[in-house]
Amino acid sequence: MVDSKQQWKAWVYLAPALVLLLVFTVWPIINTVRMAFLENYSGLKAAGGETFAFGLGNFTKVIEYRRFLNCLKNTVLLCVWTVPISTVLALLIAVALNAIKPLQKALQTIFFLPYVTNSIAIGMVFAAMFNIVGSFYGTPNEIIVTAGIVNNVIEFFGGEHVNWINYGSSYVANMTVMIVYIVWNELPFKILVLLGGLQSINRQYYDAAKVDGTSRRRVLTRITVPLLSPMLAYVVITGFIGGFKEYTSIVGIFGENMGPPDEAGRLNTMVGFIYDALSTNSQGRASAAALILFAIILVVTLVNLSVSKKRVHY
Amino acid sequence: MSKDAIATMHAKDMRRENVRAKVGRTLYMVMVYAFLLVMAAIVLFPFYWMLISSVKTLEEYRMSVPTFWPRTIMLSNYVTAFTTANLGRLFLNTMYVGVVSTILSLVITVLTAFAFARLEFKGKELLFAALLATMMIPGELFTITNFSTVTTLGWRNTYTVLIVPFLVSVFYIYLLRQNFLQIPNELYLAAKVDGTSDLKYLWKVMIPLSLPTLISITILKMMGAWNSYIWPRLVANDDAHRMITNGLRNAFTETTGDVNYPVQMAAVALVSAPLFLVFVFLRKYIMSGVSRSGIKG
Amino acid sequence: MKVVLQNLTKIFPSRNKKSHETVVAVSDFSFTIPDGKLIGLLGPSGCGKSTTLYMISGLQKPTSGRIFFGDDDVTELSTENRGIGLVFQNYALYPHMTVKQNILFPLQNLKGKDKMSKEAMLDRAQHAAELVQIESLMDRKPNELSGGQQQRVAIARALVKMPRVLLLDEPLSNLDARLRLQTREEIRRIQTETGITTVFVTHDQEEAMSISDMIVVMREGVVQQIGAPQEVYDDPDNLFVAKFLGTPPINAFSGKVEGGRVFIGPDAALDAPGVPDQDVVVGIRPEGFVLDGNGPLKCRLSNVEVMGRDVSIVSTHEASLNPTIRSIINADRRLDIAQEVVRYALKPHKVFLFQKETERRIRFEVKTDG
Repeated sequence: MVDSKQQWKAWVYLAPALVLLLVFTVWPIINTVRMAFLENYSGLKAAGGETFAFGLGNFTKVIEYRRFLNCLKNTVLLCVWTVPISTVLALLIAVALNAIKPLQKALQTIFFLPYVTNSIAIGMVFAAMFNIVGSFYGTPNEIIVTAGIVNNVIEFFGGEHVNWINYGSSYVANMTVMIVYIVWNELPFKILVLLGGLQSINRQYYDAAKVDGTSRRRVLTRITVPLLSPMLAYVVITGFIGGFKEYTSIVGIFGENMGPPDEAGRLNTMVGFIYDALSTNSQGRASAAALILFAIILVVTLVNLSVSKKRVHY
Repeated sequence: MSKDAIATMHAKDMRRENVRAKVGRTLYMVMVYAFLLVMAAIVLFPFYWMLISSVKTLEEYRMSVPTFWPRTIMLSNYVTAFTTANLGRLFLNTMYVGVVSTILSLVITVLTAFAFARLEFKGKELLFAALLATMMIPGELFTITNFSTVTTLGWRNTYTVLIVPFLVSVFYIYLLRQNFLQIPNELYLAAKVDGTSDLKYLWKVMIPLSLPTLISITILKMMGAWNSYIWPRLVANDDAHRMITNGLRNAFTETTGDVNYPVQMAAVALVSAPLFLVFVFLRKYIMSGVSRSGIKG
Repeated sequence: MKVVLQNLTKIFPSRNKKSHETVVAVSDFSFTIPDGKLIGLLGPSGCGKSTTLYMISGLQKPTSGRIFFGDDDVTELSTENRGIGLVFQNYALYPHMTVKQNILFPLQNLKGKDKMSKEAMLDRAQHAAELVQIESLMDRKPNELSGGQQQRVAIARALVKMPRVLLLDEPLSNLDARLRLQTREEIRRIQTETGITTVFVTHDQEEAMSISDMIVVMREGVVQQIGAPQEVYDDPDNLFVAKFLGTPPINAFSGKVEGGRVFIGPDAALDAPGVPDQDVVVGIRPEGFVLDGNGPLKCRLSNVEVMGRDVSIVSTHEASLNPTIRSIINADRRLDIAQEVVRYALKPHKVFLFQKETERRIRFEVKTDG
């Protein structure tokens, strides 16, 4: 029954949300697209009365920009490493958790802890663990006075010190630290979703597999994983989407410098690039970069979805 | 056909099989527990490190062979951390923003979800689908324009700018709407027959029945305020309005020369403590809210 | 392969954390299942029949007692090594695999000297599928099949590894009435063709009686009676078994034996020579009533239901333990509906006496002059 009084009332209820959405969501979408196509658009200059040509100039400038390619490379590398590692690890932990009864709840709680932390705060702890010397603006003459617990452990097992994130550290070392940190952050959510999925699998399938004499490994690969595949797909897709937006975790470890003291911006990501452009008032470029990021995420998601159609059993 | 049946296991084979199976089972369990405990230790290690580092003296922290249990406990680090980072002010700012935005957001979410769940109006389906579509777009896209918008509105360095743009979360509206839809429609119709106004019905029936979801939303939103970094840094980073994460980051990078790590760790501990407490007591709500979403507030 | 159950007992701890009561699901069950026979475990829900089945399968471990397959003690043996086939009540077909893959799955798990080549596996799977007549559905997924088809796939999967024992858990309860008749015949046919010792669980006495070589009637964990269906029907050990078997159910009356005669209320209904005086429950099968104008049992007529081949007379009697009494009479006898009283003579071999307190059967000599 649609009477006009109810309609009117509905709109009243919706009004606050709609107004806010229009201003802070819908308008930005339109505007961002607009700014992306206005060459060299800058908010500052616009206020000063300049006008801008309509074209693809922003996009080409962005793509050619060396820093952009660096950010793109970092983002892709991080994704490519962290998503598979965190997914497989989460799967193993979830399967293990599902197999035990005592201590299950306690361990589940422990594994969820990284989720409730502040990404930047704990980033600072990781930085301390992986050896950070002095301040972030250290000079080359600073003597290493603490080696960081990770290096201590390596030395204990007979390995050599690694300069993880300090002045003069290598790209590979930096990326390794980031990958470890991001995986640590991503585990709780994945474990939660996968464990929930595991617990929803009907026990009878496992009983039937027992009757059929199935080995444990075979149960995992031929029954558990296929029945879990919708959750796995969800975890992988959201993992990739989140991975492409990685930013604060890098700030957490390296600070605003986005890299070791001698290589500022080395670890910057796509999102970081967008914010940098924003802070130099080049909204045009920032918008173009944002649209490119969105397009990449869209393509990756669509690829993931089509792959899952083939391999996911609902 | 039964003559072809799989060879019977003789008693001797069977005993051996039994023992082998039992050993295999215990070995498996041992491996599982070992794996889980090692992983749990790895996950917990940063927290442990943070806590013991926060009470060490600077000299002890600096020792090239680190200690796993502090020789002396320097609780004054916490006091230093509090004052250095001006945590008191940061805490107040963040709480203020968190509480206000949560309350306002709850009101808007409830009203909107109710409209979509129970009220009839033209274009309802289309509008909802459009709303859901906006969820797919990465937030960074909005930030660019919103930055200009709030600058134009003169909202820089106010509390307003930290609160208003994030009052509407399409995801929470979706979640709550799902919850509302599960409450039988007959209750609503019966209430209407009894002459109850919509708002009264909302307040007396739907909200109490959806309390778990509302609590989850509240917690996630508060956590969001606590962890927010990017937006506040862009638009409201002056001393009066700085939020806790920004303050933490800034307080310990502005110094040149040696940073007092134990103090820094103490600051991190102080910042993480409220989150941890919320987790300990309200874990159920956080985990159920998260498993349906995928976003951190 | 005969299956010997020896003093099987299963006790579950109580679900209620406060009370320390335990649930005795199966109590001291001993039985030798002969090789190659089809056995029905029958009883109301909660009687322990499914628990017994699962103990035979190994998915449940008995609290005490032993299980033998042939001469081998399999009590401690895990399910994977027992060589049984189990058809679950909900079929438990792997939803992400096709019918063919489901049937092949057990074969692919065989190790060591039992390992089979791909061709041998496909061959066996094909045979199993033909046995249950689903060879045309091999490439479908379970969710594309009807309930009856799914069940046949489950049976094929259970049979493909040629188990020593085949177990079925309520195989017909998920099927609609029409399919039930057809499927129970299928189960009988398959069992006869393969000759595999088969045990199935059901709460439907008609099902159990129609296809089993022997039935085991259970109640609250205790075996009530074991025997061939007709035997158990014709010669129940106690009131529960008499009531459980037979449609329409047996008519029960309170009565007493005095001076060698059975009294139902005021009516001296029957002679029971040698039975001591006592209070009894008298059970009379519906087909045990004979219309007789001078018959000893006087009932008040309520209704006559015409069923085509038979006529069912519904009446009441003051000593009846149920609200109504149902008798089945051959339709050739005509009955005047208007009459108030209907009088019966009784066929002695259709009348059972049970002790009032223990409900155990009192057997006595029956004169066969009917």
